[in-house]
Amino acid sequence: MQEGKRPGSFYALAAVFGAFVLFLYGPMFTIFVLSFQGPEGGLTFPMRGVSFHWFAKLWEGMGVVDIAAAFRRSVALGIVVMLCTVLLSLGAGLAFRKKFKGSGLLFYTSVASLIMPSIVVSLGIGLQFRLIDTLLKSGLETIGLGSWLESYGTAMGLYTSALGAHLTWTLPFGLLIMLAVFNRFNPAYEEAADDLGATPWQSFRHVVLPLIAPSLVGVGMFGFTLSWDEIARTSQAIGDVNTLPLELQGLTSTVTTPAIYALGTVTTVVSFAVMGGTLLLIRLLKRQPVRA
Amino acid sequence: MSTPTSPPQAERPRGGLSAWAQATPFTLVFVLFLVLPLVLVAIVSFWRATDYELIPAFTAQNYIEVFNGCGSTSELCVTLKTYLSTLKFCFLVWLITLVIGFVVAYFLAFHVRSVGAQTLLFILCTIPFWTSNVIRMISWVPLLGRNGVVNQALIGANVIETPIEWLLFSDFSVVLAFVHLYTMFMIVPIFNSMMRIDRALLEAARDNGATGWQTVWNVIVPLCRTGIVIGSIFVITIVMGDFVTIGVMGGQQIASVGKIIQVQTSYLQFPMAAANAVILLIVTLMMIWGLTKLVDIRKEL
Repeated sequence: MQEGKRPGSFYALAAVFGAFVLFLYGPMFTIFVLSFQGPEGGLTFPMRGVSFHWFAKLWEGMGVVDIAAAFRRSVALGIVVMLCTVLLSLGAGLAFRKKFKGSGLLFYTSVASLIMPSIVVSLGIGLQFRLIDTLLKSGLETIGLGSWLESYGTAMGLYTSALGAHLTWTLPFGLLIMLAVFNRFNPAYEEAADDLGATPWQSFRHVVLPLIAPSLVGVGMFGFTLSWDEIARTSQAIGDVNTLPLELQGLTSTVTTPAIYALGTVTTVVSFAVMGGTLLLIRLLKRQPVRA
Repeated sequence: MSTPTSPPQAERPRGGLSAWAQATPFTLVFVLFLVLPLVLVAIVSFWRATDYELIPAFTAQNYIEVFNGCGSTSELCVTLKTYLSTLKFCFLVWLITLVIGFVVAYFLAFHVRSVGAQTLLFILCTIPFWTSNVIRMISWVPLLGRNGVVNQALIGANVIETPIEWLLFSDFSVVLAFVHLYTMFMIVPIFNSMMRIDRALLEAARDNGATGWQTVWNVIVPLCRTGIVIGSIFVITIVMGDFVTIGVMGGQQIASVGKIIQVQTSYLQFPMAAANAVILLIVTLMMIWGLTKLVDIRKEL
């Protein structure tokens, strides 16, 4: 594009872009506003007063659903997914810098995981854990430890099947980011460290890590936020308890008060807080002088 | 999404962990939670089941049942109907997200001049991706409902007398929600392709007397092919396997392939669900394969 007068098409495209942004954010903003309905208010406009009434209702819990517990579960799972995503993607990213047998296969497997219909992955993990349960139970019975069965429920759970299901979704993103980062990574710094007699660990710890830290924070944000909203892969792999988005999905057909908007506002605020925190952290990391 | 990646640079002789040790945990997750479960789905699709247990067997009964009645020419069987309905959504959503995604990416890539503004607007488009899908679906309710903003406005402007019923819990609202949720998957790869187009090519086209449209159609579109294909793969696979969006936005009234699998699982009919999952996977893979024939993905990655 040359500098100077903007072509007429610019204004038309800018208008389309503006409309698209409005389309993206308008509905979100609508429920944000509606979640502050007064006690008399309903699911649509007009606003009947302004209050925190529905947030209070949400706090008390919605009928049989324990929102607070689901919220805690989702936060805890999100944090574990975040840590696993950062560590495993970093390991894989470092590995991909060297040539290793099967790297192509691993790359395509992780891309396949990204585009695999989620319901299929979820069904598979659900089946897998049911079969594990069956095998364990029959195994315990054969060796005469049937009494242990009393206490044994299922291998399915937040930090087993659900964690695995979430990682099949977050790790491919993590790997793609790490590959992009190391593609633009200048190896001269490490070579300098090597030449100055640094051990591999020292050159990783004092040279590579500070340089890629902002990207790792980004990977962590992907890990947490994707886990925080994940439904499709969790649905068959969660067992008896539910994460917050799954509860939310169930509530859509039963709750007909603005309390559900209040819940939406709360989860969106969490997402935004994580994004904001990420940006802050990245800025801080980039500002720090790298000490040798 | 489609981050440009070239093969890793040649290895420098150095100490430290071997590549395999570093990649092992990552690999293990995919072996345990992707490869193994998929193998199990394929195996279980040939099993039999009673109300309370799975019976290892080798029977094609589940597949026969899926296609039950598909031989008749008078009326379409349930499975074919469902696939047609899902494919219809697929096509509509693909077309709309492609057009919007292309236009938005084009504006960002070629009309926003400062890198700062470009980054800011790009992030603005991607932020919703990190927020809850269900919330973004529900957020249409106050706008599209019987007494929603749209109906109130239209009645207020005397355009209509009674509220329009098909705005919510209909095919329309399902497509709208898909477009709302997944246009981003088109924007990112197409934008990525556009940013790598050598600007000199556009000048060459202009110097040779091409109009704006001709440049877009003959230069930019072919060079964005990879981005378009990657975006298309994302959108198509998501819509093919979806059960959440169609469930919530269709008022739990519209059938989809993903929903069949979900419902069968909830009734513990695992072999049937597995057979349906295998068929869904085959159909989806064939669509992806067809798309990748159009372009060499490897070059892009």
